[in-house]
Amino acid sequence: MYVAVKGGERAIDNAHKLLADARRGDRDVPEVSLDQIDNQLALAVDRVMSEGSLYDRELASLAIKQARGDLIEAIFLLRAYRTTLPRFGASEPLDTGAMDIRRRVSATFKDLPGGQVLGPTFDYTHRLLDHTLAEQSDVEEPATAPAEAGRFKSVAELLAGGGLIEDDDPPAGDVGDLTREPLSFPAKRDLRLQNLARGDEGFLLALGYSTQRGFGRTHPFAGEIRYGEVEVEFFAEDAGFAVPLGSIAVTECQMVNQFTGSANRAPCFTRGYGLVFGQSERKAMAMALVDRALRARELGEETGAPAQDEEFVLSHSDNVQATGFVEHLKLPHYVDFQSELGLLRKLQAEFHARDAHTETPIQDAAE
Amino acid sequence: MSAPVYNFAYLDEQTKRMIRRAILKAIAIPGYQVPFASREMPMPYGWGTGGVQITASILGPDDKLKVIDQGSDDTTNAVSIRKFFVKTAGVETTTKTNEATVIQTRHRIPEQALTEDQVLVYQVPIPEPLRFLEPRETETRRMHALSEYGLMHVKLYEDIARHGHIATTYAYPVEVGGRYVMDPSPIPKFDNPKLSDSPALQLFGAGREKRIYAIPPYTHVKSLDFEDHPFEPYRHDAQCELCGAMNSYLDEVITDDAGSRMFVCSDTDFCEDRRAAGHHGPQGGPAAAATKEESAHG
Repeated sequence: MYVAVKGGERAIDNAHKLLADARRGDRDVPEVSLDQIDNQLALAVDRVMSEGSLYDRELASLAIKQARGDLIEAIFLLRAYRTTLPRFGASEPLDTGAMDIRRRVSATFKDLPGGQVLGPTFDYTHRLLDHTLAEQSDVEEPATAPAEAGRFKSVAELLAGGGLIEDDDPPAGDVGDLTREPLSFPAKRDLRLQNLARGDEGFLLALGYSTQRGFGRTHPFAGEIRYGEVEVEFFAEDAGFAVPLGSIAVTECQMVNQFTGSANRAPCFTRGYGLVFGQSERKAMAMALVDRALRARELGEETGAPAQDEEFVLSHSDNVQATGFVEHLKLPHYVDFQSELGLLRKLQAEFHARDAHTETPIQDAAE
Repeated sequence: MSAPVYNFAYLDEQTKRMIRRAILKAIAIPGYQVPFASREMPMPYGWGTGGVQITASILGPDDKLKVIDQGSDDTTNAVSIRKFFVKTAGVETTTKTNEATVIQTRHRIPEQALTEDQVLVYQVPIPEPLRFLEPRETETRRMHALSEYGLMHVKLYEDIARHGHIATTYAYPVEVGGRYVMDPSPIPKFDNPKLSDSPALQLFGAGREKRIYAIPPYTHVKSLDFEDHPFEPYRHDAQCELCGAMNSYLDEVITDDAGSRMFVCSDTDFCEDRRAAGHHGPQGGPAAAATKEESAHG
């Protein structure tokens, strides 16, 4: 008898045991600790927290370990955990101007209050494999300078002071949350930004890149990119004032894009905005490019490029949704396939039964 | 880090309320796709998260759950979802169609007629029947609102013009209660007649697409067709090799490299019941039911 009707349950259990074994690998190699992942694979942790929409380095490290380094799988683990947590409300808007800056660069001004701070960056490293890292490495203590006290206005704020860039007043009312209400179109900018912040880095990178190559060009300048720690405050009803919850590390990108204007408004620069957890300039910059591209209709620009298509971008940016649906093709489809086989056999039989001289081959009736 | 403690059937009660409201709305407007705030479940999108959320929201401690995929209780994903509810809700499970109060399914409707005491929960990948004709949600919602279904009829007509037949063999579109055109999920069109006037409540959940819709009991469901090309359910003209059934939907199984094949019931519970009742096909002696292979087919 050939039909395997039973055995699925045992097969699944065994597959999971094998997975645990493969995850651990060679038992003679020391097991990786969450601290090691958090410290030495910090940017992977940042990405998992960002796209997992949950700021928790320990859980993100655990997810990376459990996922064997598959970051999308780790993001999925974190999301599935996050969705079980109660939601108390929205924090006060972050004041990124008051950030404890670890890195801050502007491509639009040579110098500006607060200065250019390179911080820890791959930029300007020569991408030569460093074989000294193959062994235990001795690392020098870094050079440091005392943090400058005070609040450093962002380039966008400086431009806004002179009326050179559009206003960016926060919208009235509560901000939306697409994890609590289904997204509908057209979506407001708060929901678009939330979607992009959770969106897949690779997807946004490709879309942002496409705008640079002419598919929805926005003439961007990296007004400022900053990375550092900001305090999160939550308005406590009981206390009647905002209480600090702690600090988180974020990367913010403010793109300055080509101006618009109209008969009754002087031309001014426009904005694209990116904000992600941890240090990820690539993601923050791509997000800012796509945010700006998605504002095409609002700003009265020509639309039609993929990055300007809100429904296309927002519906396909989530890698947890995307990987689930792509990979669901692994699930059995034999019932539907059987239906297709049946129809195909019927059509083929009809085709072969036809008189070759009198019958035209299959035509495309749609044309 | 403390181990998380989950609520009965995993979802918290507020989420269940939200989903139940969506379900009630769906029942009130048969065939209409109700948006809902679908949660991230601990299984992947596209693997039944919509059905799982509906089941989690309607399940009570006294329910008896059956989960099938491709008609079978023992396909890997059906096993996984059943285990999920055993673990998180501790409900009793069954493979017997007639014993279940809630049946979650992917791609099939059980052969045995359902009753008023049962709820059938479908897993839906793409809830929008017009999606492959019009990719934009903003457009398709407008088309539904205006009952603008001409495009679908043109598609079916073009199939006939090109192939001589309507070339849709599964997820065959239906009209529910004379109003909304609905995707019945990727069930083979063989199952479409069972959608109509069923005593059981039928609920459809699409987690990734965040939609719930329903066919209330005893609602007329019509498979779209033309007067001169009436709807025809397809069934391979063979009998089940195991139980000899001539009226059930059949899976085709390739048995050797030379392309030999056999046909067996897709609904495993139906097939086992028939064999237990003494029916048998060419390869299925009465004893066959007891010697099922322990074969990993995941």
